[in-house]
Amino acid sequence: MTESVQVTGAAAADRGGVAVRLEGLRRRFGAVQALDGLDLDLAPGELVALLGPSGCGKTTALRVLAGLEDTDEGRVLVGGRDITTLPANRRDMGMVFQAYSLFPHLTAQENVEFGLRLRRRQAGDRRRRAAEMLELVGIGKHAGRYPHQLSGGQQQRVALARALAIEPQVLLLDEPLSALDAKVRVQLRDEIRRIQVEVGITTLFVTHDQEEALAVADRVGVMRDGRLEQLGPPSEVYLRPATPFVADFVGLSNRLPGRVVNGAVEVLGARLPLIDPLAAPTGEVTALVRPEAVDVVVDPDGPGRILAASFLGSMSRATVAMPGDVLVVAQVASARLGELTPGTAVRVALHEVPTPLA
Amino acid sequence: MAGLTLGQAPTRRGRPSARRARRQRLFRWVVVAVLAVFFLLPLFAMLEFTTRGAGGKLSFDTWKLLFNWGQLSQTYPDLSAGITASAGLVVLTVALMLVLLVPTVIWVRLRLPGLRRVVEFICLLPLTIPAIVLVVGLAPVYAWVTYFLGGSSLTLTFAYTILVLPYAYRAVDAGLSAIDVRTLAEAARSLGAGWGTVMWRVVLPNIRSAVLSAAFLTVALVLGEFTLASLLNRSNVQVAINLLGKSSATMSVAVSLAALVLAFVLLLLLSLVGRGRRRAQEETS
Amino acid sequence: MSATVRHPAEPAPDPAATAPGGRSRPGRARLSRSQLGHARSLVGVVPFVAFVTVFLAIPTIVVAVGAFTGDDGRPTLSNLSALANGYIIDAFTRSILLSATTAVIGAILGALLAYALVTAKEGGLLRRIVTAAAGVLAQFGGVTLAFAFLATIGWSGFVTVFLREHLGIDLYSHGVWLFDLPGLVLVYTYFQVPLMVIVFLPALDGIRPQWREATESLGGSTWQYWRRVAGPLLAPAFLGSTLLLFANAFSAYATAAALVSQGSPIVSLQIRSALTSEVVLGQQNLGKAMALGMVVVVAVVMALYALLQRRTAKWLG
Repeated sequence: MTESVQVTGAAAADRGGVAVRLEGLRRRFGAVQALDGLDLDLAPGELVALLGPSGCGKTTALRVLAGLEDTDEGRVLVGGRDITTLPANRRDMGMVFQAYSLFPHLTAQENVEFGLRLRRRQAGDRRRRAAEMLELVGIGKHAGRYPHQLSGGQQQRVALARALAIEPQVLLLDEPLSALDAKVRVQLRDEIRRIQVEVGITTLFVTHDQEEALAVADRVGVMRDGRLEQLGPPSEVYLRPATPFVADFVGLSNRLPGRVVNGAVEVLGARLPLIDPLAAPTGEVTALVRPEAVDVVVDPDGPGRILAASFLGSMSRATVAMPGDVLVVAQVASARLGELTPGTAVRVALHEVPTPLA
Repeated sequence: MAGLTLGQAPTRRGRPSARRARRQRLFRWVVVAVLAVFFLLPLFAMLEFTTRGAGGKLSFDTWKLLFNWGQLSQTYPDLSAGITASAGLVVLTVALMLVLLVPTVIWVRLRLPGLRRVVEFICLLPLTIPAIVLVVGLAPVYAWVTYFLGGSSLTLTFAYTILVLPYAYRAVDAGLSAIDVRTLAEAARSLGAGWGTVMWRVVLPNIRSAVLSAAFLTVALVLGEFTLASLLNRSNVQVAINLLGKSSATMSVAVSLAALVLAFVLLLLLSLVGRGRRRAQEETS
Repeated sequence: MSATVRHPAEPAPDPAATAPGGRSRPGRARLSRSQLGHARSLVGVVPFVAFVTVFLAIPTIVVAVGAFTGDDGRPTLSNLSALANGYIIDAFTRSILLSATTAVIGAILGALLAYALVTAKEGGLLRRIVTAAAGVLAQFGGVTLAFAFLATIGWSGFVTVFLREHLGIDLYSHGVWLFDLPGLVLVYTYFQVPLMVIVFLPALDGIRPQWREATESLGGSTWQYWRRVAGPLLAPAFLGSTLLLFANAFSAYATAAALVSQGSPIVSLQIRSALTSEVVLGQQNLGKAMALGMVVVVAVVMALYALLQRRTAKWLG
């Protein structure tokens, strides 16, 4: 593993997960290049989240690792062993699908036992292990239920238990939360992380939800057009997006007109440092500024006017119209909504954080 | 598409999904080819049989006669009478089905949801009562029908409407399930529509293709019906074909083939209607 | 269309549409407003119910009652005991044998074809053509089908002649079997296979690719997938479809009637002869007893089918 790989999960090395390496993967479906030379390393026990819009190749990458999809080029190595041509059923990987992957004719318990049954484990052994797994995912009391008697979140818990029961080398999570309600999603997301750390298994997690990726992963890889745009710890990806695409994808950004002068960008009267000063062009540019990096100050002489303010919970969002048809979205505390009624004159102040350009 | 990419990709032996795809393709074509022979052979045989001329030559005399109505009704009056009766039965049965079943099913959905299971049960009942059984029970009923309306073959309409109930019901019911009848009706009523307007102007236009499939199925069924017509001593095209089979096998085979092709075209149209609608929905979504 | 149900002079019977405190007189009406509305709504189904009563309920009752009525109009069980007659037992046996055979053959071939279709590209041409054709051929029974096979393997049929003249094979060296049970098996298969395709295809479509992939990722082989996942999941649907095919063949009459002109080997043909010559036997209602027997068999089979169908809907719906 290279030095830059930081494993923040406490479990990391001590449980001794296995290293995974994807090397120069290419895969074409008709006219679509789903994977275009993807390289990715997972340290033992690490959870890497692949993030990206639909069609970016993240699911294909996961399915290639699982052996459910062929590659046109490239290699898959697990624990240093080349398994590129190994069929899926001999790869020893636990997989959790988006939804509906439980066998409907088996109870939760029987679903979890399934992989062990295929491995011809003793009945008693099997039952014990399955019960243990169901307990681990917090669903022990529903062991006798059939999938259609379980909620979506419970089904995914069973699916996780089933994947883990066979003590796989690698855990693959293919958008396991995307079919669930927002609340259940957050709950289960945190639990997946807890279990993954507890078991210490190398995990690839595919999602299109940036919040989810940032919340659970040791490292996040943002994908676009079959390649990684950026790979790094969540804080790095969030605070220092390597490309405008990443900046855009990892959080709602304002696109504001600015000028590059002396290695910094001037936006709405503020001078902001650049993320990558060397690569920046000079002159007129578009800077990407996060809503939480914008302060709104009520000022009767301010150039801006509140256009709209929307309540989103503890934080709210205000849209400010600035001269020259520039709209700025700012994140504000909901307590301030009273003073930020539409039409109020304001000025905006931008935080001096490293800023990417579009 | 899959085939192309497989061909171009560097073929690596042992790639499991590619191997399975190849195996499935082989299996698919073997099964389809074998069954295609079994199913197409009789159709081809019918064509061959009806174009068999004297001395092993091709002859289209039978077909020319079949499509020459004047001559046909002279040569085979029973056949032309059967065809006429069937045509009339088709029209009447479709009409009766539309008038009787469609409003009832909509009405029950709208106002009497508690009766839905009952109506469904009634409509599907004829599936468990074979036509040959129904005819046993219908015989006394038709004695009265003959008493009131005469012995015309067109009176078969009543029995045929019973026969098509399960098929027509399922088609209409599927159409109604695909739309949110309740919300549509409530929306229309809140805009001031009476129940009649709701049914006629709101619900019916939304299940047009379902009603159309019910009608197509009815046509296909009526054209192929033999049991009731023959045992209630009435005539239709199937009875006529059967009768004709004893004297002119060639002509009866020709009419059979023509009826089959007609049904084929009808049901093909039906599947096109269904798909056209689906495609329109996909495009708008 | 709605003339029977609309009363323009009266307020809308729907409680939701009635203004609160309008013209309701709570003290007088025994029925609540909603009950009254319900009663009025019932008027809408009167034509349908009347029609179904005359042409479906009465015939059914005629059969059911007739089966227990003697020639003298008195209730009796003699019709039913007459069912134990050798020739009727034989007819039922042959009917069941014929139906079971064609159901099993049709189910196996139809399931194979249906599976071949789901392995093809979804919405592809092959699948569209075959399902459309199956829709037509499943309905293709009766006289037309009989004549199709006469033209194919009848005495001067295309295949018969071809084999005789070109290959020297005589299809009928062991007798003319087309007009007997073996012939019926062949001809019935022609509509059973397409019917199987139609009823079994939805179940196959309900099999999710995730199940195969989950099995694979858990270490299962193709054989294990079929034995432990797809097989058990499809079994109820397959069995149910086979039962439906059985009922379909058992109820069939027209094909056999057109093909078999001598004797009455199966029940539906026995009923024909009872209908057309009932006086001869002096047992007017024997036909009704046989008809009742048929209904019982079909009803039992269909009930089982519905049961299995419910299981399928839960798993594969």
